[in-house]
Amino acid sequence: MDVSELKKGLKIVIDGQPWNITEFEFCKPGKGQAMYRCKMKNLLTGSTTEKTYRSSEKDIEKADLEEREMYYSYKEGDFYIFSDAETYEEMRITKEVLKNQAYFLLEEALCTVLLFNGKPVEVTLPFFIEKQIVATEPGARGDTATNVLKPAKIDNGFEIQVPLFINQGDTVKIDTRTGEYVERVKKA
Amino acid sequence: MSKELKKPDDLKRLSAIKDNLILRSHIIREIRSCFYHDGFLEIETPVAIKAPAPEDYINAPQAGAHFLRSSPELQMKRMVAAGYHKIFQIGQCFREGEIGNRHNVEFTMLEWYETKQNYLGLMEFLKKIIFKTVVRVKGTPLVNFRGQEIDFSLDWDVFTIREAFKKFADTDPETAIANDEFEIILVEKIEPNLPKDRGVLLKDYPSSMAALSKINDKCPETAERCELYLGGIEISNAYSELVDYNEQIIRFAKAHATRKRQGLPEYQEDNDFFDALKYGIDDFAGCALGIDRLVMVISDAPDIKSVNSFTEF
Repeated sequence: MDVSELKKGLKIVIDGQPWNITEFEFCKPGKGQAMYRCKMKNLLTGSTTEKTYRSSEKDIEKADLEEREMYYSYKEGDFYIFSDAETYEEMRITKEVLKNQAYFLLEEALCTVLLFNGKPVEVTLPFFIEKQIVATEPGARGDTATNVLKPAKIDNGFEIQVPLFINQGDTVKIDTRTGEYVERVKKA
Repeated sequence: MSKELKKPDDLKRLSAIKDNLILRSHIIREIRSCFYHDGFLEIETPVAIKAPAPEDYINAPQAGAHFLRSSPELQMKRMVAAGYHKIFQIGQCFREGEIGNRHNVEFTMLEWYETKQNYLGLMEFLKKIIFKTVVRVKGTPLVNFRGQEIDFSLDWDVFTIREAFKKFADTDPETAIANDEFEIILVEKIEPNLPKDRGVLLKDYPSSMAALSKINDKCPETAERCELYLGGIEISNAYSELVDYNEQIIRFAKAHATRKRQGLPEYQEDNDFFDALKYGIDDFAGCALGIDRLVMVISDAPDIKSVNSFTEF
């Protein structure tokens, strides 16, 4: 692939690792050669790096990536079992890939699984889920401030930050991309 | 105005950048007024030309039998040679393949030339007109750009290229050029770390990067060339212009050869420009400034598209 095809969001391979270009800038300092500054995130490790390509570089490798829609089925030991929405083929995905998103998996949730050379490297959950708060300090009555937060546990023990007025037994909406509280759905 | 139809995206976009475009108009008006006030003559030269100046890494798009100018340089220099001692022009220029947050193939250039001046003299003038323009359009010399305040009343920081390579990359320009790293170092280590609270001038480029500037008599390894940065962004490029006919022939021959190696289209030679040099031009200096980028900085715009009504590339 030619360097001029680089852009934000493109996935490329460097030394066998897949990288997502998160920031991209065309540079051409003082009448010099064109250069392409990329900030990249490693899709396997999550680490970030910066790399500058010159216009003369021609052998950039596009990552062999495929996105598949899969339903989350159940947990088996250390593995999370997903099934392909079209073929029903099962796939085992580890906690390392899911990270904290594992706590937001709901049975039968339709997720997008990113495969690199056939292996899962990233799972995108439905952006919002609802979870019940099983434990939190009682909130002060009438305290409707949303900018002051306190810890609260959801049913699988994962801790999120919620506003003071949230009580044990409330159901809240959570953004799975950030793990942040969005709003109260139902009062206990 | 239709009540049933949703506002088209293009109209929404144009509405959203209206403040920037108003500021752009005011900036250009103030710049013009500074030049008029200082006795410059505003001139226009053709956008479609037959013989662009050959540059190693700048390519003029083809338009039929002509090229869209990458710069108005050679024709303006022919006017200087004919006795137009102080001229300026604001107009569209084109550089093929240059697209990004700070680049568009078509952009607006301010270019001016003055006889009996050198590159640093032009920068004194530029500093004054940018200060005046900012104060007139914003009512203050302070501009917030990308979360950092630029104070246009402060003196500019000046680094020679040698000083900048030492200070920001702990190397020297010769080593960088030998390792083919000059531009990478500039982009990765120097530009991001330049002071952002005031204008910054990088000056005295290695003579191999003189382009069309004059070699410094007292320091022949450098050329009398400088670039202004605002908020870490390159805004303008100035030269004490090369007036030596024979040296110019060599420079263009080298540039034609570099272009050929890269497979870039061949330009015909601007023979009138060479005749002008042969006839003789007084010492003079010239500067080119990217109007879009200056407007970006003053309006704190995120990219070049936000300061242009339409971008067709």
